[in-house]
Amino acid sequence: MSDLLDIDPLMMDVIIEHYRNPHNFGELNPCEIKIEDGNPSCGDQIKMTINTKEGKIDDIKFSGKGCIISQAAASILTDMVKGMDIEEAKKITKEQMLENLIIPVGPMRLKCALLALKVLKKALYGKDFVGEEDD
Amino acid sequence: MDEKSLTDEEIKKIREDFPILKRKINGEDLIYLDNAATTQKPKSVIERMENFLKNSNANIHRAIHTLGYEATTMYENAHKKVANFIGAKSMKEIVFVRNATEGLNLVAHSWSSRFLKPSDEVVLTIMEHHSNLVPWLIMRDKIGINLKFIKLNKDGVLDLKEAESLITKKTKLVGVIHASNVLGLINDIKPLREMARNVGAKILVDGAQSLPHIPVNVKELDVDFFAASSHKMLGPTGIGVLYGKRELLEEMPPFLTGGDMISTVTLQGATWNELPFKFEAGTPAFVEATGFDEAINYLESIGMERIFNYEKELERYVYENLNSMDFIELYGHKAGDNLAVFSFNIKGVHPHDAANLLDKFGIAVRSGNHCAQPLMNYLNMDNTLRASFYLYNTKEEAQKLFVALEKIYKLFNR
Ligand SMILES: Cc1ncc(COP(=O)(O)O)c(C=O)c1O
Repeated sequence: MSDLLDIDPLMMDVIIEHYRNPHNFGELNPCEIKIEDGNPSCGDQIKMTINTKEGKIDDIKFSGKGCIISQAAASILTDMVKGMDIEEAKKITKEQMLENLIIPVGPMRLKCALLALKVLKKALYGKDFVGEEDD
Repeated sequence: MDEKSLTDEEIKKIREDFPILKRKINGEDLIYLDNAATTQKPKSVIERMENFLKNSNANIHRAIHTLGYEATTMYENAHKKVANFIGAKSMKEIVFVRNATEGLNLVAHSWSSRFLKPSDEVVLTIMEHHSNLVPWLIMRDKIGINLKFIKLNKDGVLDLKEAESLITKKTKLVGVIHASNVLGLINDIKPLREMARNVGAKILVDGAQSLPHIPVNVKELDVDFFAASSHKMLGPTGIGVLYGKRELLEEMPPFLTGGDMISTVTLQGATWNELPFKFEAGTPAFVEATGFDEAINYLESIGMERIFNYEKELERYVYENLNSMDFIELYGHKAGDNLAVFSFNIKGVHPHDAANLLDKFGIAVRSGNHCAQPLMNYLNMDNTLRASFYLYNTKEEAQKLFVALEKIYKLFNR
């Protein structure tokens, strides 16, 4: 379970800060890659714009709306991958994403926590994107 | 009991009848406030179905043996129970369907195929649940009818002036949600029925949220169709009811076809079984029908009038509290009669997060768009939390909700 009530208040503050003042928020214009996806069941929505240079993610921005977990995850993930090799970014696992989210999330919130990663993968794999079985 | 409402004593007894209310969620007593989605079941309903399965199970209408006879009798008696509960003339007007959704689809498909032609109009409200909207969107594309929507006036209730201008000689049917699953608002059916009658149109009522909470008499309401679901009124899932005026049902073609709904079949054609079985193709939910019957027994033993009055008290109590909290954004409840169904948000907290946190307090509420996207868009509501009460809920539970809401607000605003 995501024990938002039980977690260390300092960690909670970090997440709330990401929610209120997300990093890398906005849209790159012009941009090479632009992609958007959402969770229809809860209405979370994330759009990413990306520019690449020499095999790296040169710049990345996201915009969207939704719950604290989906939006904080996008803020954290875009921090993580800015400047990263594209090939390396493609390999980021769900587990890595969850670890970097700082707060624990339970089964009911996994979709929220992993939406940003899904959008990133869609962006980087392009037509070759194959979703997870349980998506 | 001749009290007008339920006494504290009585509520205590009622709560004892619902085994699930003893459950702990995250170490806290369950506070179940998602009754607009589905309701909990009393022991009597659970036991009735268990008894049926242990002692009387057999397919209906097909067997001469004792069990078949018992099962058939109970299944038909359940129709009679529902007929009596809603004031229908006979069980011929009571079609058992899977749920309200199927009942509404039955009307949209069967009645329309017989009575609608291109350019005819169907008037609905902006408040309809998707189940009384999507079937009509499909009929619009299939038959070429036009749809019109009655919106809300500035008080926040259905705009009857607008209704008057939308319901014309072209109108063949008016479809209206009896009580909104988003706002709790109870729509006054009479003026709409009169407008429909004046132009010779039929009137269809979605009673999924009203029948569990409001005394309903279809003869007094004088509507043509009325649909509801058992699971929202203490009964099991898998069964619901479509009431239809007999003359109409007689003239309508079957919806689903196959076994049980025919009279004779040759390779050249078939003739239909009598009402209501013409509309009950295939093996129906006869186990659940006994549970539905028992759920009505339970509601009748308390009395719908008293249930309504008690929930009205809850509604006012919760309204006054939520309305006085400046960190809560509450929708509706400012005008008209309302069920204890509340859509709201905690300022600055996404409803998904809030519902997740309320669960930590053992409180079950829903978050989302509540299958009424056009209404949400119209009112500029994004997603919301929804707390919906029933006869087993108490003011004490509501107080715990208020405390939890404030804690969550503070967590996000330290
Ligand atoms: C007003 C209204 N109509 C129809 C329905 C559909 O009920 P069911 O899902 O049982 O068919 C619901 C249930 O959510 C409802 O609230």
